[in-house]
Amino acid sequence: MHQLTDEKIKLMEQKANEIRQSIIEMLVEAGSGHTAGPLGMADIFTALYFFILKHDPTNPMWEERDRLILSNGHICPVYYATLAHSGYFPLEELKTLRKFGSRLQGHPHREYLSFLETSSGPLGLGLSQAVGMCLADRMNNGKYSPKQFYCLLSDGELQEGNTWEGAMLGAKEKLQNLTVIIDRNNIQIEGYTEDIMPLEPLKQKWEAFNWHVQTIDGHSFQAIVEAVGQAQAVFNQPSVIIANTIPGKGVSFMERKYEWHGIAPNKEQGAKALKELKKNA
Amino acid sequence: MLNPNLKLNTKLFDEDVEQVAIREGFGKGLVIAGDQNKNVVALCADLTESTDMHFFAHKYPERFVQVGVAEQNLVTVASGMAAMGKIPFTSSYAMFSPGRNWEQIRTTIAYNNRKVVIAGSHAGISVGPDGGTHQAIEDLALMRVIPNMIVLSPCDAIEAKKATIEAAKIDKPVYIRLAREKTPIITTEETPFEIGKAQIFFAPPMTAQVGIVATGALVHNAILAAQNFAQKGISVKVLNIGSIRPLDFEAIINLAKEAGAIVSVEEHQIVGGFGSAIAEVLVQNYSVPMELIGIHDKFGQSGTPSELIEHYGMGVSHIEKAVEKVMQRKGKTI
Repeated sequence: MHQLTDEKIKLMEQKANEIRQSIIEMLVEAGSGHTAGPLGMADIFTALYFFILKHDPTNPMWEERDRLILSNGHICPVYYATLAHSGYFPLEELKTLRKFGSRLQGHPHREYLSFLETSSGPLGLGLSQAVGMCLADRMNNGKYSPKQFYCLLSDGELQEGNTWEGAMLGAKEKLQNLTVIIDRNNIQIEGYTEDIMPLEPLKQKWEAFNWHVQTIDGHSFQAIVEAVGQAQAVFNQPSVIIANTIPGKGVSFMERKYEWHGIAPNKEQGAKALKELKKNA
Repeated sequence: MLNPNLKLNTKLFDEDVEQVAIREGFGKGLVIAGDQNKNVVALCADLTESTDMHFFAHKYPERFVQVGVAEQNLVTVASGMAAMGKIPFTSSYAMFSPGRNWEQIRTTIAYNNRKVVIAGSHAGISVGPDGGTHQAIEDLALMRVIPNMIVLSPCDAIEAKKATIEAAKIDKPVYIRLAREKTPIITTEETPFEIGKAQIFFAPPMTAQVGIVATGALVHNAILAAQNFAQKGISVKVLNIGSIRPLDFEAIINLAKEAGAIVSVEEHQIVGGFGSAIAEVLVQNYSVPMELIGIHDKFGQSGTPSELIEHYGMGVSHIEKAVEKVMQRKGKTI
């Protein structure tokens, strides 16, 4: 990665704000979908696509690209919006989210958007696929390639056993070019994670599974970039970054409210949210 | 009476017919698939020897992944490996894969149309003494409802070997159903095998009065039943179906047209399984009376394979009774 400058951070802050606006617009248009998670992950997606990832929007299937595996597919509004803002497809297409015939399915489907690394939605499946990709890449090359593998998990899906099966294999295979980023926003569809099924002590859980663990502010570009850099420097161990995020980040009446996990804003709420985002742009 | 074009095992009627486990054919076929293509890799959930994947694991340790007792991980890791150009073969007991990890297979393999081969061993009731928890009698139903999925159900170890080699070449997810017990060798190395093609194995030299369509090791019982009828001058043809998806509609419809009555034979629940697939073809194309041999809405139990096959109504005598019944239904008596 190149040098992170104040100027670059400013540009990313601006980009993340635009992505948040797109998220609100597309969800209002769709009339359904998830709001809190996408807003909370906008900074991490921005950091990945506008600074960290090796990728080429003009050649999405470029073999040497880093791989990003989105496990919790329900936050796809932020995924689609970031891809559009990166130049993978026109911003206008975002308005087709969840509509018949759209490439932007309610949960990501590779058959409709072929350059996605995987389809997702059902929770707990992403980490194992990322482990498989990373493992296959090492087999293909006989050693670690320069490719980095990033897997984005929600905190809620850590309640799925499949996630921990993947974590065990990742550690067994010492996949040092695998970095997991957990969206630790503390909410899930029916409430707060610690009420529904406590995840803490989360850092110790991952350490016990023999992963390199960092905990960061998921809204600080400086922290995100530094943590990813640190993860890549780790030898013989996969890395997890627990990113503390605020669900609904950027829209005050949505922030920290689990009620915004699985619903879309109506027109009025959308206008109010956009007004606030534009004011802070 | 055996179809001479297929070069079947002429000793299959003998008491001491050679017996080999279908899973062993898979294990040997996987090594050949691995020899033919370096992208073939294998993953197992702590049942490497039981599923005969150890032949591959010993020859190509660097291409083998042991995931531990974690069937959900088994197939999701395989999906990720396929995304990077590998041709992963996974194996476990059918009860656990696809029994336990069905949604993982649907979402990460079939929905993504990833080329992963899922080998479900110890399928059917003939697992025997382990009892009902380990007897997968629902796996064909589970797998044949998933879009993109190829479903193969070989009748013997040799066909299983060929099916395994072919599975590595097809650009789709594949399920291969395997069995634990040693069962009679029906085919030979020379017998042709093609995914999507059914073959008439047994054909008396006159128009068939009943057609038996069979899959898996019970093809042998079906042939024995047809042979018994042939000795009484009654023509019963046996169609072996090693490929349940895609299914050879033409061969099934042609047999129904010729015989006017069909009996299906499978070591599986009749609900949703192989016989149901045949019935779907017939009712939409050429309806004839049909009887279904298989397990009728029950779980299995401990016992020897032959005790269980008899108890649950899949023995030679049961097939014979079904043939007689279906003949009566089409208006002919024996």
